[in-house]
Amino acid sequence: MLMNDMTPDNSLARESGVTASAAASTGPMRISREHHETVGDYTVADPRITCRNVDVYYGDKRAIHAVNLDIGRNEVVAMIGPSGCGKSTFLRCLNRMNDTIESCRVTGEIELDGQDIYDKKIDVVPLRSQVGMVFQKPNPFPKSIYENVAWGPRIHGLAQNKADLNEIVETSLQKAGLWSEVKDRLEKPGTGLSGGQQQRLCIARTIAVSPEVILMDEPCSALDPIATAKIEDLIDELRQQYSIAIVTHSMQQAARVSQRTAYFHMGDLIEVGETATIFTNPVHPLTEDYITGRFG
Amino acid sequence: MTRKAISQRLRTIDIVNASMRRRNAAEKRFQIYGKLAIAAAMLFLIFMFGNIIYKGHTAFVQAFVALDISFDAQVLGLGDRRDKKSLASADYAALVKAALRQQFPDVTKRKAKRKLYKLVSSGASYQLADMVKNNPDLIGTQARVWVPADDEIDMLLKGYIDRKLPESERRLSDQQISWVETLEAKELIETRFNFNFFTHGDSRDAELAGILAALSGSFLTLLVTLTLAFPIAVATAIYLEEFAPKNKWTDIIEVNINNLAAVPSIVFGLLGLALFINWFQFPRSAPLVGGLVLTLMTLPTIIISSRAALKTVPNAIRQAALGIGASKVQMIRHHVLPLALPGMLTGTIIGMAQALGETAPLLMIGMVAFIVDVPTSIVDPSTVLPVQIFLWADSPERAFVEKTSGAIMVLLAFLIAMNAMAVAVRKKLERRW
Amino acid sequence: MQPTTLLLVLIVMAFIAYQMGFRRSLAVVSGKAKQLHSLPLYHGFFVALAAFIPAFLVFSLWQILENTVITNMVLNALPDEISSKAQGDVNLFVSQIKNLVDNGITADGISPQLQQAANYYAALQSESAAWLSRTTIALSLAGLFIAWRSVKREARTRNWVEKAVIGFLIACSSIAILTTLGIVLSVLFESVRFFGQVPFSDFMFGTEWSPQTALRADQVGSSGSFGAIPLFAGTLLISFIAMVVAIPVGLMSAIYLSEYASLKVRSMVKPLLEILAGIPTVVYGFFAALTVAPLIRGFGSAIGLDVASESALAAGLVMGIMIIPFISSLSDDVINAVPQSMRDGAYALGATKSETVRKVVFPAALPGVIGGILLGVSRAIGETMIVVMAAGLAANLTLNPLEAVTTVTVQIVTLLTGDQEFDSAKTLAAFALGLLLFVTTLILNVIALYVVRKYREEILV
Repeated sequence: MLMNDMTPDNSLARESGVTASAAASTGPMRISREHHETVGDYTVADPRITCRNVDVYYGDKRAIHAVNLDIGRNEVVAMIGPSGCGKSTFLRCLNRMNDTIESCRVTGEIELDGQDIYDKKIDVVPLRSQVGMVFQKPNPFPKSIYENVAWGPRIHGLAQNKADLNEIVETSLQKAGLWSEVKDRLEKPGTGLSGGQQQRLCIARTIAVSPEVILMDEPCSALDPIATAKIEDLIDELRQQYSIAIVTHSMQQAARVSQRTAYFHMGDLIEVGETATIFTNPVHPLTEDYITGRFG
Repeated sequence: MTRKAISQRLRTIDIVNASMRRRNAAEKRFQIYGKLAIAAAMLFLIFMFGNIIYKGHTAFVQAFVALDISFDAQVLGLGDRRDKKSLASADYAALVKAALRQQFPDVTKRKAKRKLYKLVSSGASYQLADMVKNNPDLIGTQARVWVPADDEIDMLLKGYIDRKLPESERRLSDQQISWVETLEAKELIETRFNFNFFTHGDSRDAELAGILAALSGSFLTLLVTLTLAFPIAVATAIYLEEFAPKNKWTDIIEVNINNLAAVPSIVFGLLGLALFINWFQFPRSAPLVGGLVLTLMTLPTIIISSRAALKTVPNAIRQAALGIGASKVQMIRHHVLPLALPGMLTGTIIGMAQALGETAPLLMIGMVAFIVDVPTSIVDPSTVLPVQIFLWADSPERAFVEKTSGAIMVLLAFLIAMNAMAVAVRKKLERRW
Repeated sequence: MQPTTLLLVLIVMAFIAYQMGFRRSLAVVSGKAKQLHSLPLYHGFFVALAAFIPAFLVFSLWQILENTVITNMVLNALPDEISSKAQGDVNLFVSQIKNLVDNGITADGISPQLQQAANYYAALQSESAAWLSRTTIALSLAGLFIAWRSVKREARTRNWVEKAVIGFLIACSSIAILTTLGIVLSVLFESVRFFGQVPFSDFMFGTEWSPQTALRADQVGSSGSFGAIPLFAGTLLISFIAMVVAIPVGLMSAIYLSEYASLKVRSMVKPLLEILAGIPTVVYGFFAALTVAPLIRGFGSAIGLDVASESALAAGLVMGIMIIPFISSLSDDVINAVPQSMRDGAYALGATKSETVRKVVFPAALPGVIGGILLGVSRAIGETMIVVMAAGLAANLTLNPLEAVTTVTVQIVTLLTGDQEFDSAKTLAAFALGLLLFVTTLILNVIALYVVRKYREEILV
């Protein structure tokens, strides 16, 4: 279902094929497939992050076109779409992780609590301490489990003393649902854990800094179903406290964990809405093609 | 829970913001350390190159004195004889002395005369000898001949000797300097391009010393190294990459090659001394033995890069060749080898550059000799350019410092040319998959 | 026949053999090459190889052994009054013989014994040459004939030729092993002889080094002492100074280049560092001895310090600069091998770049960096030219970097250059030092290569 080798010609071929069959099955359409402006309401009442007209370029190539999207408090926003649609690129704009890629350039406005994060005066370090990120492949540091979690608070100076730090480590591991599994081997290297445990360790590591927003880039794609289920439960719990934006390949996962869903297609944000609506009654034909499995 | 979390959250960003000044300063410091490190390395490079060029650029010019020589058979002590043997043994130094006396007729004392004769190099008489031997008709004629000046005079003209120092603190007397000034005024002394430096072998006299013998020795040594190292290394790489079964033996060979690449070069010299010279009784100081030692030394480098080159050839090509019924040897010869060759050549050139700059092992096998004659075969006694540099660096005369730096410049020019060649080969022939 | 002429004859015979094999293969199938199992050119190669290889092997072996065998035969035939003399005198006599034979001259007058021995030597030489020609040409002809007869329609000459090729490949790849073996054996053999004369413990733990042995038995004062501790101390002192320079500079430049520098800076600085690595050590040595040492000395006297003109500091400093590119390029490799995801993980927590580098990237790369440093140390210990030119010969046992010290490699060079007798304790001592040097660097290299390899396997999964 992945389209890693999507070249312009065969994507066109597939699209036209899709057009024909979709037209046959659903009758007349109000929105054409060529319509690339966002359908649905991308704003929320009490936004944490607001994005307006965000473009991302890699060198001369525009990877994201004029995306508008809000992320509200205590909600999980899922971003779905075929590979190469720009959802991960967009996610990485939200804590300026794209800064590490030399050719990458971001324009437009992204505000966190009303503050433009691409403002020249903004330092990425405090920004990232507020907007944490969990990656596709678990990437624990080659340190002990304890050190993995304690490292963030330590560099930021969040703990007054050793006891404080111990407490932060313990609560973070508890919140990540890992405490009972690792409490007896905190000094063992984090790389020795199973894939699912490693990913939860990475989540604990992110929580330990007490961010306000957590970005998750396909956090379960490298995990087995049981580990995935645990992480999904965890995401649901974390929502009580944090805003979460999650990129996922799995529509079922998006349906299970998110309140709102955004569908990306070739660099455009095609449709945003309540998760339930998107999955049961999509407006844009491209969204429908994707969620019904005709595409991607 | 939520309240506590919120209060903690507020604390986090405040704490982080409060710490930013300190952390940004640490960041800046760290970057400065990095820049300093690079600057230190670059500065040293510039300092060393600048220093060597500053000291050595004058090696390519040389002071020459014009002498009005009258090729008098009487002075030469020839009488009427013109046969080869008498021509070879004639007293050419007398011609030089006569010409100098004629230039400075007021010098009469023995001691002063001896000092006067020291203005020109002892090579002057050889130069005259060669002229007469090539053309015996010169005898009886007069000619103005430019002959090399003595190295001290050379140093004086190049400004390495301070004319204002008291006489006792320099090696030239006031009288000698005044003669030189007379010659300068008459434009009978000048610095010219120093062809001797490229056409002569070593000499005890700095003004006559050249690098041709060493260059020739280096060339012969590298020739031996190249003819042996390239085929052997390529064959080894092919065997290890394409044929060798993955077993303990192959593993040992592999570890062994990596280790050999890091063995100090002087140990290869010990091997050469014990094996080739003491056991096989090969001639000492010969490019043959030098080449053998350098072959063993550069083999690991070339093998490692050749294997890397073979690894970059995609397996699809091998399978395609085997698929149409080629044997493994045919597949390698017709398909794999041509594709891997640029990488192998690059590695070989780099290995050769390494061999060209190597000194220590060659000291062990006696290539550290005083070589005047240009070696013409791989069993002639010879030296190589780096060893020549080593020998000259040990000479006390001021003029040899300049010669040493000049020889270093020639050596570095060769090395840079070789490395540029390696880069060019890679750029020109490299193929990306 | 001259050896080179003989070799040419053998090569020409191989060419003829090729043609004969080629023609015959076509003749046996009356021109229909398709009926042959192997292409005609393989038949040609097969016959050529058969004609050349056995003859060439005999030729090479003969060339290598000829000299030793003839010399021994001449020695055995010498009258007792000469062969019973001291080893040195016998060697001198042999070289006189060779000189007489090769150049027709000797330094001293020609004694009848010498003339006789030289005649015998010359006779043996010409006889040997004649036999060599006969043997090799006969072998070549025999090989040619046998192989030529076996060229048939179904002869699998391609497989045979390919077997020979693979045999050649295996022979070549065993040269690497033979080299190591040769090093170990030659160094070990001479060392054992050395330890027969000087006890091992005196060598390893003695604190006085003055290798001037008496030339004559009645000479006084120079019995020679071979305590190598001052050499070890000197080597370690200079290597330590070198590493103090090389590690911080090399490591920081690697970190800056791989983590901070823009592509442009990187593509400019890296080749310059490689130039630093490509400069011959003799150039560094010249620079250390003629520029850096006087500078340090001048600076020292300016602030009232007494610095030796061949101070350990000058040699160590320049050696350190030589090792910088070594450490920086190896560290650069391992730092680049640290996965980007580690850096991302740290950045996402809000770490600054230097925090990421110092506390995540560097610890992850540490094993590889240590491997690189160990290789650098091994290089510093084995480095010869810089210390030969810039460090002294005086075996001082000191830790003061401003004094002159000597090193293992300097002593090896000094003991083995110039006039020497091969069997004296003095020359043998050089091999004992060589053995020590080889073993030390070998251990360092094995550990370093193991660490780097292990690191690659672990970090790159």
